[in-house]
Amino acid sequence: MAVEQVPALELETQSARTFRHALNVIARDPLSLASTIVIILFIFMALFAKQIAPYPLEGAGKTNVDNSLIAPSREHPFGADLLGRDILSRVIVGARPALIVPIGVVLFAVLIGAPLGAIAGYKGGWVDEVIMRVTDLFLAFPSLLLAMAIASALGRGLDKAAIALVVSWWPWYTRLVRGVTLSLKERYFVEAAQAIGVSDWTIILRHILPNTISPVLVQATVDLGTVILAMGGLAFLGLGTQPPSPDWGLMVSEGRAYILTQWWIATFPGMAIFIVVLAFNLLGDTLRDIFDPRQYK
Amino acid sequence: MRQLEFIIRRVLTSIFVLIGVSVMTFVISRVIPTNAAALYIGPKARPEDIERVTKQLGLDKPLPVQYAVYMTELLHGDLGNSISTKRPVLDEITGRLPATLELLFSAMLFATLVGVPLGVLSARWQGNPLDIGVRTLSILGVSMPAFYLGLLLQILFFRNLDILPLAGRVSGDLRFTNPIQPITNFFLIDSLLTRNWVALKDVFLHLILPSLTLAAYPLGLIARMTRAAMLETLEQDYIRTARAYGIRDYVVTYLYALKNAINPTLTVVGLTFAFALTGAFFVEIIFNWPGLGLFTVRSLLNVDYPAVMGVTLFGATGYVLINLFVDIIQAWMDPRVSLK
Repeated sequence: MAVEQVPALELETQSARTFRHALNVIARDPLSLASTIVIILFIFMALFAKQIAPYPLEGAGKTNVDNSLIAPSREHPFGADLLGRDILSRVIVGARPALIVPIGVVLFAVLIGAPLGAIAGYKGGWVDEVIMRVTDLFLAFPSLLLAMAIASALGRGLDKAAIALVVSWWPWYTRLVRGVTLSLKERYFVEAAQAIGVSDWTIILRHILPNTISPVLVQATVDLGTVILAMGGLAFLGLGTQPPSPDWGLMVSEGRAYILTQWWIATFPGMAIFIVVLAFNLLGDTLRDIFDPRQYK
Repeated sequence: MRQLEFIIRRVLTSIFVLIGVSVMTFVISRVIPTNAAALYIGPKARPEDIERVTKQLGLDKPLPVQYAVYMTELLHGDLGNSISTKRPVLDEITGRLPATLELLFSAMLFATLVGVPLGVLSARWQGNPLDIGVRTLSILGVSMPAFYLGLLLQILFFRNLDILPLAGRVSGDLRFTNPIQPITNFFLIDSLLTRNWVALKDVFLHLILPSLTLAAYPLGLIARMTRAAMLETLEQDYIRTARAYGIRDYVVTYLYALKNAINPTLTVVGLTFAFALTGAFFVEIIFNWPGLGLFTVRSLLNVDYPAVMGVTLFGATGYVLINLFVDIIQAWMDPRVSLK
């Protein structure tokens, strides 16, 4: 058993080293650093929305018709919507469905997709064939179109939109992890584990999957921007969060009718999507330069 | 010979994938919903209607039989009837397709014609302000939600500058002054063919903002991929040799390097075409563009299930065919592709 520990230890230090390297690069690159800070701030804002929002009740949907359509002012920096709700509060409260839920979507897509990819790549043969043909089917659809179809089959709602997005995103990680696994399979530490009779499942769990973490993490960061856009899109179409709850995409849709007169209703939530997606894309670019997960495709 | 083999193999896989796509849409439309019959009738379903449609759709039969019926209908071009318009879904789709394709083609043409040169220039002048500008533009393009960019452009060009129309495919009064004779239903082409210059200008002006909005994402991706591919090619030995021979810079860049860098770019153009299809849905809502997207979204909101599933199947089929087409072009342009 002691022999088995050695390769695992060796690879842990290796991934720890690349991780430190990545942190160094990000800390030195002002754009990536700024993006990271923006992302952390937004996540913080989403998690503590109730404490941060100046009008948490209005943020959640309570109407205040006296303030209907008031322009940005000191009390309401982003103005108010038709029902008099403070836009700033709604942008803050809306960060949870618009930002945290997509992070959860990517997490679930990875949890489903990555193990399947590792199994397909490691086992090969008919197992590989079956798993990969199934992913091909999912990838034959434009992701957002598939998500829209599934969301409409399940009915409207944030949870359903999230499920629809997970269903259309997991195959990407299966494909990526399978590629990584194929190259890992040739490595000595896997061969050594096989030689001493470690079971397939233990090898996949202990030796393959931990080594796929960094390419998956990079791909997930790059994808987060796209998933946030997709989530915003579903919300915009009315398939995600339902009123009176706030969601950035939904708020843009609600403010659409007023863009020529009360521009602030749609502008601020739209800008929130744009800034967050931009931050993820900038950070993803840097990470991709360091790790380049595409080399496994 | 290799190329022919490759193409035949790719066509066969595509047929396999298309069959898979039909299975997927079948599962989404008949198996996932708890009461598929109710979805097919719409929100006002009465119990006796549900019973009738259950029989009609064969929902009481075993799944393989249901699939066989579904597939037979599909092969006869029968996608069912739209709940809201009562007309066959296929007619609804094909009737609206030209509007969407006109938008899609102009956006992709713009994205490619601008994106590729920008990517090339950016790679040629790596590190220059031009390069930084192009990279900024491309990352902004891929980070901007289409439905938001559309609104911003409307505010700028309609409300503030008042030089472009707000929405729609033509002006409201064009119908009375210079009506377009429908030939292809691509309004640009129709007005050109009939030499209807007033209409041509009107159609063109209406097309600018939606196309720009739709082009932003593909433009960003294309510029960035072209740049990456060019950077890789420009480092090759044969480029250095060409330069050593004193061949003019633009000949080396555009003729020698671009030729080898164009393949990854083509893949991206094909891929973004599919992204643009769903992007077009949002652009159509923002600009009230009477195409497939507006129809789809209306169907989504009205829970017009046959229509939604018809569009899904149609879109996936288009996506598979575009990918096939891109692969064939690649194999034709670069014989090495057939060897993979």
